[in-house]
Amino acid sequence: MDQTTLNFIVVGASFALYFGIAIWARAGSTSEFYAAGRGVNPVVNGMATAADWMSAASFISMAGLIAFVGYQNSTFLMGWTGGYVLMAMLLAPYLRKFGKYTVPEFVGDRFYSNSARVVAVISLIIMSVTYVIGQMTGAGVAFSRFLEVDSTVGLLIASGVVFVYAVLGGMKGITYTQVAQYCVLIVAYTIPAIFISLQLTGNPIPGLGLFSNMAEGTAGAGTPLLVTLDGLLTDLGFNEYTTGNSPWLMALFTLSLMIGTAGLPHVIIRFFTVPRVADARWSAGWALVFIALLYLTAPAVGAMARLNIMTTMWPNGVEGEPVAEADLPDWFRTWSATGLLAVDDKNGDGLIQYYRETGPGMADLAAERGWEGNELVTFNQDILVLANPEIAQLPGWVIALIAAGGIAAALSTAAGLLLAISSSISHDLIKSVINPNISERGELLAARISMAGAIVLATYLGLNPPGFAAQTVALAFGLAAASLFPTLMMGIFSKRMNSAGATAGMLAGLISTCLYLFTYLGWFFIPGTNMLENTAANYILGIPPTHFGPIGALLNFGVAYFVSRATAEPPQHIQDLVESVRIPRGAGGALNK
Amino acid sequence: MAEQPNNNAYWAANIRLVTICLVIWALASYGFAILLRPLISGIAVGGTDLGFWFAQQGSILVFLVLIFFYAWRMNKLDKEFGVDEQ
Repeated sequence: MDQTTLNFIVVGASFALYFGIAIWARAGSTSEFYAAGRGVNPVVNGMATAADWMSAASFISMAGLIAFVGYQNSTFLMGWTGGYVLMAMLLAPYLRKFGKYTVPEFVGDRFYSNSARVVAVISLIIMSVTYVIGQMTGAGVAFSRFLEVDSTVGLLIASGVVFVYAVLGGMKGITYTQVAQYCVLIVAYTIPAIFISLQLTGNPIPGLGLFSNMAEGTAGAGTPLLVTLDGLLTDLGFNEYTTGNSPWLMALFTLSLMIGTAGLPHVIIRFFTVPRVADARWSAGWALVFIALLYLTAPAVGAMARLNIMTTMWPNGVEGEPVAEADLPDWFRTWSATGLLAVDDKNGDGLIQYYRETGPGMADLAAERGWEGNELVTFNQDILVLANPEIAQLPGWVIALIAAGGIAAALSTAAGLLLAISSSISHDLIKSVINPNISERGELLAARISMAGAIVLATYLGLNPPGFAAQTVALAFGLAAASLFPTLMMGIFSKRMNSAGATAGMLAGLISTCLYLFTYLGWFFIPGTNMLENTAANYILGIPPTHFGPIGALLNFGVAYFVSRATAEPPQHIQDLVESVRIPRGAGGALNK
Repeated sequence: MAEQPNNNAYWAANIRLVTICLVIWALASYGFAILLRPLISGIAVGGTDLGFWFAQQGSILVFLVLIFFYAWRMNKLDKEFGVDEQ
């Protein structure tokens, strides 16, 4: 059986599983469609949250981001997990107590204002739509690489699958498919990592292997893996793996990712599905357990893959000759076909020299040894995880698992985002603003139609990605950090915060973040329209646009504080509402059909 | 509301607990992993220093312990102050 057939079987089986769950977990009411009837076990919800949160970026890109930069990119590991501490202590339990269905609903009710509600809906839709584009294209790429179908066809299949279980099951269907998707993606991620860790260090737990000595029979046996890696890298002009620079920027970027994570509505609404406030607290812990299983493995995957690449390119060590073009392993050839990997024998010696041309002393070394430039000209960091089983020469079914895992990661996040978008349309715009008298059945239908509409829009944007798709992820995190997180937090922790303050603060965070990004990245990310060159010399106080989230949040807090103090305090019933959100008693348990 | 004073004490206890947890949260990530890394660079871990371990794994483990500790402690406080869900 050839690899593509095997991939089809494994991916097809995972889809059959998702469809089966969709039919079993149909939503019969709006409470099931929006919040799975609030009957989800906290451990199960933790697992679903982990799949909801870990996107194609976590699964496919993160290990590569760490592998090619090292310590400095630990920011992603800390930022994308530390946000859960904020969520567990500052948002989730109180929003669960509030007991409604959407994030804008809390903003609108707490600040007794439909304009605050609409501003929240706008922020939510901008951040979720930009996020979902990346998931759809990610699924399309996974399809085209592993199933050898056109990426357009792949994307259409992916959105068709999401369509079935999201429209049919709403939050209920999404929750249980996310649990299945988590299992698929964690197995797919862990198995190759275990094998690679065993090969390199003899330790079956990749997270521990990272800090172990090299195994017998490998180059550098007996010395720690990280020392071996640092040595190879610095010899070839690369930066040391374990050191970084600009600690203050690292701290700021970590903070930006943490606050952004805590403010993402598609993750927050997952905590509305558990029966009790106490469960919301436990559930945040379980979510992080399931996320940590991947996040503790990812830095090991990154370092080990980097080491494997170095030794593949320099099989005889840095002093000896590099690999000959004719001797490159098979996975090099299969991935070259995708254009994500390319070599160019610049000096025509039949060997491939991989080094960093601008590294210290490399110009002299190159002149001495007759190198005419780095010859591994393209190495897309996303290949790392996807090619991992091939690099480690693992059997075909592991490769098929990686395909199913990558698609699962993209689909589970896409579904969560689509639910956040559709519920804010059907519940916050239609039910709360446009037609408050809509019936339960009418709203359920509206929710399904909004979901279908959101999927069609996401598919269209995935097929015709706007030129700025890559930068918009920064926008999504920046907006979550600057607009929703501070507003939600003040809604809970400040009884004095009123409608005028919250709305002004949200707008200040939203507008300042957009302006700062647009200044350097172009108006609406259209290339060439940026007012300042996107270089460190132009940044205000040296803050790059991707690190602006905490500044926007600070502006939001500051403006909200001063405006609220200058205007009347909120009415008594709102202060009572804040009082009731703070205590768990009376949360109301699971809902029956 | 008759229960008001009790609720205020409960809320103050919650704020105190959250503050302690967030100090540890910041120390494990921004502190040991980034800004204070030079201070603990003398402690070797698997070919590198403790700060690197905090940045890649240690901080995540600390976050986990913090959330479970907070959940356990708060669920107990809920009962002590009589504000738990019955």
